[in-house]
Amino acid sequence: MKSVYNYILIAFLIISGNSSAQQTPAPEQSEAVTIVGATAHLGNGEVIENSLIIFENGKLTQVMDATSTKMQYRGEIIQAEGKHVYPGFIAPNSTLGLVEIAAVRPTIDQDEIGEILPNVRSLIAYNAESKIVESMRPNGVLLGQIVPRGGLVSGTSSVVQFDAWNWEDAVVKEDDALHINWPDAFSRGRWWRGEDPNLKPNKEYTEEIQKLEDFFNEAKAYLAGAQDYTHLPYQAMETVFTGEKRVFVHVDGEKEILDALQFKKDQKLDGFVIVGGYNALGVAEQLKENNVPVLVNRPHSTPEMAYEDYDYPYKLAKLLQDRGVLVGIESSGQMERMNTRNLPFYAGTVAAFGMDKENALQLITLNTAKILGIDDTYGSLEKGKSATLFISEGDALDMRTNRLTHAFIDGRKISLESHQTELWKRYSEKYENQETEKQKEEDSK
Amino acid sequence: MKLKFLILGVFLGVLNLHAQEYFPKNDGVKTRNTNYTVFKNAKIHVDPQTIINNGMFAIKEGKITAVGKSINIPANSTVVDLQGKEVYPSFIDLYTSFGISKPKRAENGSQPQYDAGREGYYWNDHIRPDTDAVANFSFDSKEAEKLHKAGFGVVNTHVPDGIIRGTGMLVALTPGVTEGDRIIDERSAQYLSFDKSVQSRQSYPTSIMGTMALIRQAYLDAKWYAGGNADNKDLALEALNENSDLVQIFATDNLLNELRADKVGDEFGIQYVIVGSGKEYQRLDKIKESNATFIVPLKFPEAYDVENPYLANQLSLEEMREWNQAPANLKMLSENKVPFTLTTHSIDAEKEFKANLLKAIEYGLSKEAALAALTTVPARTIGKEGKIGVIKEGAWANFIITSGDYFDKETTLYENWVQGYRTILENMDVTNITGKYDLKVDGKSYELSITGEPSKPKAEVKMGDTKIGSKLSFQDNWMNLLLSSPDTTKTEFVRLSANVPESTDKISGKAIMPNGTETAFTASKQSDAEKKDDKEKKEKMHTVIPVTYPNVAYGFTQKPKQENVLFRNATVWTSEDEGVLENTDVLVKNGEIVRIGKDLNAGGARVIDATGKHLTAGIVDEHSHIAASDINEAGHNSSAEVQMEDVVDPTDINIYRNLAGGVTSIQLLHGSANPIGGQSAILKLKWGESAEDMIFEQAPPFIKFALGENVKQSNWGSTIRFPQTRMGVEQVFTDYFSRARAYESQKKSGEDFRKDLEMETIVEILNGERFVTSHSYIQSEINMLMKVAEAFDFNINTFTHILEGYKVADKMKEHGVGASTFSDWWAYKYEVNDAIPYNAAIMNEVGLTVAINSDDSEMSRRLNQEAAKSVKYGGMSEEEAWKMVTINPAKLLHVDDLVGSIKTGKQADLVLWNEHPLSVYAKPEKTMVEGVFYFDIERDGKMRNEIKKERNELIGQMLKAKNNGIKTQPVTKKEKQRVHCDLLEKVQ
Repeated sequence: MKSVYNYILIAFLIISGNSSAQQTPAPEQSEAVTIVGATAHLGNGEVIENSLIIFENGKLTQVMDATSTKMQYRGEIIQAEGKHVYPGFIAPNSTLGLVEIAAVRPTIDQDEIGEILPNVRSLIAYNAESKIVESMRPNGVLLGQIVPRGGLVSGTSSVVQFDAWNWEDAVVKEDDALHINWPDAFSRGRWWRGEDPNLKPNKEYTEEIQKLEDFFNEAKAYLAGAQDYTHLPYQAMETVFTGEKRVFVHVDGEKEILDALQFKKDQKLDGFVIVGGYNALGVAEQLKENNVPVLVNRPHSTPEMAYEDYDYPYKLAKLLQDRGVLVGIESSGQMERMNTRNLPFYAGTVAAFGMDKENALQLITLNTAKILGIDDTYGSLEKGKSATLFISEGDALDMRTNRLTHAFIDGRKISLESHQTELWKRYSEKYENQETEKQKEEDSK
Repeated sequence: MKLKFLILGVFLGVLNLHAQEYFPKNDGVKTRNTNYTVFKNAKIHVDPQTIINNGMFAIKEGKITAVGKSINIPANSTVVDLQGKEVYPSFIDLYTSFGISKPKRAENGSQPQYDAGREGYYWNDHIRPDTDAVANFSFDSKEAEKLHKAGFGVVNTHVPDGIIRGTGMLVALTPGVTEGDRIIDERSAQYLSFDKSVQSRQSYPTSIMGTMALIRQAYLDAKWYAGGNADNKDLALEALNENSDLVQIFATDNLLNELRADKVGDEFGIQYVIVGSGKEYQRLDKIKESNATFIVPLKFPEAYDVENPYLANQLSLEEMREWNQAPANLKMLSENKVPFTLTTHSIDAEKEFKANLLKAIEYGLSKEAALAALTTVPARTIGKEGKIGVIKEGAWANFIITSGDYFDKETTLYENWVQGYRTILENMDVTNITGKYDLKVDGKSYELSITGEPSKPKAEVKMGDTKIGSKLSFQDNWMNLLLSSPDTTKTEFVRLSANVPESTDKISGKAIMPNGTETAFTASKQSDAEKKDDKEKKEKMHTVIPVTYPNVAYGFTQKPKQENVLFRNATVWTSEDEGVLENTDVLVKNGEIVRIGKDLNAGGARVIDATGKHLTAGIVDEHSHIAASDINEAGHNSSAEVQMEDVVDPTDINIYRNLAGGVTSIQLLHGSANPIGGQSAILKLKWGESAEDMIFEQAPPFIKFALGENVKQSNWGSTIRFPQTRMGVEQVFTDYFSRARAYESQKKSGEDFRKDLEMETIVEILNGERFVTSHSYIQSEINMLMKVAEAFDFNINTFTHILEGYKVADKMKEHGVGASTFSDWWAYKYEVNDAIPYNAAIMNEVGLTVAINSDDSEMSRRLNQEAAKSVKYGGMSEEEAWKMVTINPAKLLHVDDLVGSIKTGKQADLVLWNEHPLSVYAKPEKTMVEGVFYFDIERDGKMRNEIKKERNELIGQMLKAKNNGIKTQPVTKKEKQRVHCDLLEKVQ
């Protein structure tokens, strides 16, 4: 069965011809773009049914209701009646560009040796030409926070956009946050050494936290002093204490979150974020009081315990938000890089299990932008913000209707092609040609 | 078989009676004691049903010669008066490793070992029927002492190592004699288990299903070997044949394995005696059906320490429940007439045995049943009925003497006699000195009160209202009482000492005063000791939480019943040519879809208003690894002989979660550790039913093949197992198929042949009687397997994963193979670099039967979303996309005449969705399998509340237990690994 859509797309692909494996980054926006008639989902909870959106030099100049304006259209005009416009989706806590093929060691650059490595920076290892990164764009995922993994303090992340020649081009917010893997109150024996593999209270828990505290205190002391020798880890802490670099704490347990909040208080840290937060629900009040947001792990996961509600991961974001916590969604876990393109559907699933759709959208747009501290520029369709947005044939949170026709990063019209669409095209063509040949043969008979 | 045993036993007994001594003696003259010992005035428990009050029995040369109300006392008798005491046959433990030296553990190596390490024995080191308990035995008097204290007289012992473990021996715990005297039967039973030998590192089997297949093959090989067909000597098979008429005892440690062991036994006409887990109550019907006798460890879970609420959250409902329920296991077994005996093998016999036994009785096990489980049942089970476990003429003189009812907490076990040899545990001739006395010492008068057991009396001394410090000891009928001075400023003592050879109202003896002067004292009895409050004896009431099916969270107390249902006014996704029907009714009767139409007559069926809702066929997942205890048999590069049906785990919560995602049928596939994997289990997700009852009966047999990185062990494992390249993978297939052809022709020739389970399976494949689902990624290997199959004249049925299927879709179509793929997985390993989400759409376009599968317990619960991705990637129509998770996988599994679409006459596997089923916003509200609602969103809501309540109650009970000083265990969280093809392989 052939759909018309398929034909059109194949035709389009044939015309556009072959291109190289990595899509060429788009040039700077040279003329204004006006999008007319689309349903605009602003990312801040608001919707404009029949919208008029204009952007120039990478910035949104108009976002308004088309029915009540006589505003002049400018530049390229995109008629988008029946379509939907969204701010670019943001993937926090990602290892995109740090690992290409999980099973091939030479392609892995995510976990450096050492326990406390604030000085390790993800940005300089970020592969702007990753084939996985380019596969994000056709689904509307246009920005990401690239985070190192492992150790007690994994290192420093940066926020990038997903259409760039190199990491310098890609950077949106350099060295945005420090990442701490909060120790587990439970630990598991190393079964290969004959230890009990079951999860048991971690005897070194307090010790580990002490290690963290000591490091922070030492770093503070160092920075207050003459600094007559170079100490890379301590120096990397400077922006943490000034508040420029946020602190993301990767933690799931209730007790651990409370301990982390105490740490925040003791160290007087601002811009404190909980990542994961599987059991954050039990401490929602404290999180709200302390103004600490949570990046909940992807809803497409199974409950940890058999007795938990089957839909617990589906609804955790909603339950937290209902209690007044600022929530975003992150997608770490099994096959996390390639799965990040499913970010919109994570939000869609949260909506399926009770959250209002526009609120669910915020989980991957404005909320995340706020959590990353880039909401002055990104995360919503508002006048003056970056024109990082896309147009979808239908509801972009639903895989059934998420079909992008255009996408822009900072006003640059980016390619929605990828290594994958090229293979699709090549082999579709192959079979099309076979059909044509067969037809010809039959006709000549 | 049992009859033979009995005869053998009787014969041995006769021999013993007329035995002639033939051992030389160098330390004196040869003597022989043929005197009788006669016990009188005892309450004799002849067996659990028969009691002789004030009875007598006589023993001579280790045997009981007479028992009765009154027996003839021969002249050469010594007589023991057991007035007020009771005699029981001593206990028997059939599952121990008493006196067995620990097997030596094989040293670790850097690479796995694939071949057997023993020469002249079986091809697998874990088959050790040649192991002989006698050769590894030496009497362990320390352990024997513990067992004596617990009341045991005879144990069966064996070398607990390996899958087929060889023979055990029945040994009496007789003190001070030689092994020759103790051994009652040197070949009492053969033992088996699911655990490999620690003495060998041989990889195979790495799984439970591999273990089961190995046992089957060993039985077949033994039979073949017995026919004299082998060229080589195989001492293991010879031993297995020799052992075949022994009692076969199969050791397991969990409920599912108990049933699995029985299944293997049934296939070979062997009724195993099964060493159980103590969790038999969780599936009593199946346990009873097994007809096995169970050896149950007398061990109950300890309460968990739940004081820390964060830790308590890590505790599963199952574990909490088991703590509450397990002590009632024996009662339930007994009530259901399941024969069982008890074993001390996982407990400290001295410290825990009696306490646990009393606990079981507290929970309702009758004393008769408890005694039977310790005496007559094990005796019968091991073929020694009438010889041990009873006090009866001709039986071994194995008995215990107690102060009263053995099953009373306060009762003292005085003596344990084995083969006529006595072990004194407590002096039973102790004079009872308890009572209230008027004590007069040096002109002073005290009030002395002695309480407690006669052998362990306690004293309390008062002078007027003042309590006097005292310490009483009473040994060999000598009383020593130490009194402190009433003047507390002084540390001075008065020492009293008296011999009390028999009960008396006046104890008199000597007192030594602090200044050293000696004087006489008297204690005149005023009254008997006050009886202890009977409060403690009052039967404790235990509320046992009802068992659910399965006995985990979200299990059913009452299994849901098949219903006749009319879905009224639904949007019906038929997955047939009819497409999507608006405002349509579907009538379900007796588990089948009987009518589809408008305004149907309910005719007594329950009407469900489905207005605004979508009704679809249940989702069929072609590639699943849920509901399994094991996934991979990685010990060989082919494991065609293993069956996933052997390892179905009906308690996996993922079954319930899959139902909540609309899945009703799955193919439980073997993993991808080897090119030729194992046989599939095709299941219906009937949550609450047993493993056996979940099997999709009408589905044809399947097997898993695998290609690429996993079978080459590229990303883990060894570098010595063939194949290490795709070139080698082809050779594995060609080799096995060629050998299978040769095997088949030998089989057909009528000549003797060795039945080989692996070859049998492959012959089925070659003959088109078993379908192949092959794990595959890149185009070269896909093409290769089709070519190899064509060369052997059969077809590959399904390529699963098939991520580069789009590159060879035309060739696949020509071959006639279907495809079951992921919607969008890629980039996790090198071979999925060219995997594209358009794969399904392209293959569908070319005309293949395409399914979207999960391979993952998370994704499987939202396969509707995965199907919908093909609408996005590749522009597939929604109806076509929906078929990819319903009728198409049903076609691939050859069950499309039964499930996969909404069509009259098909099984009623249906899902009612709140929304368009391909939408991210859709969720199942009801999921039905064959007319039974196994998932219902409203019922789920109620269950959540019940689970919360139950957890709370149990936590309360555990806190109370801890508060009462009962020992608790720390919470540990057992992790169930999430498995799919690409995260598999047990490290060897």
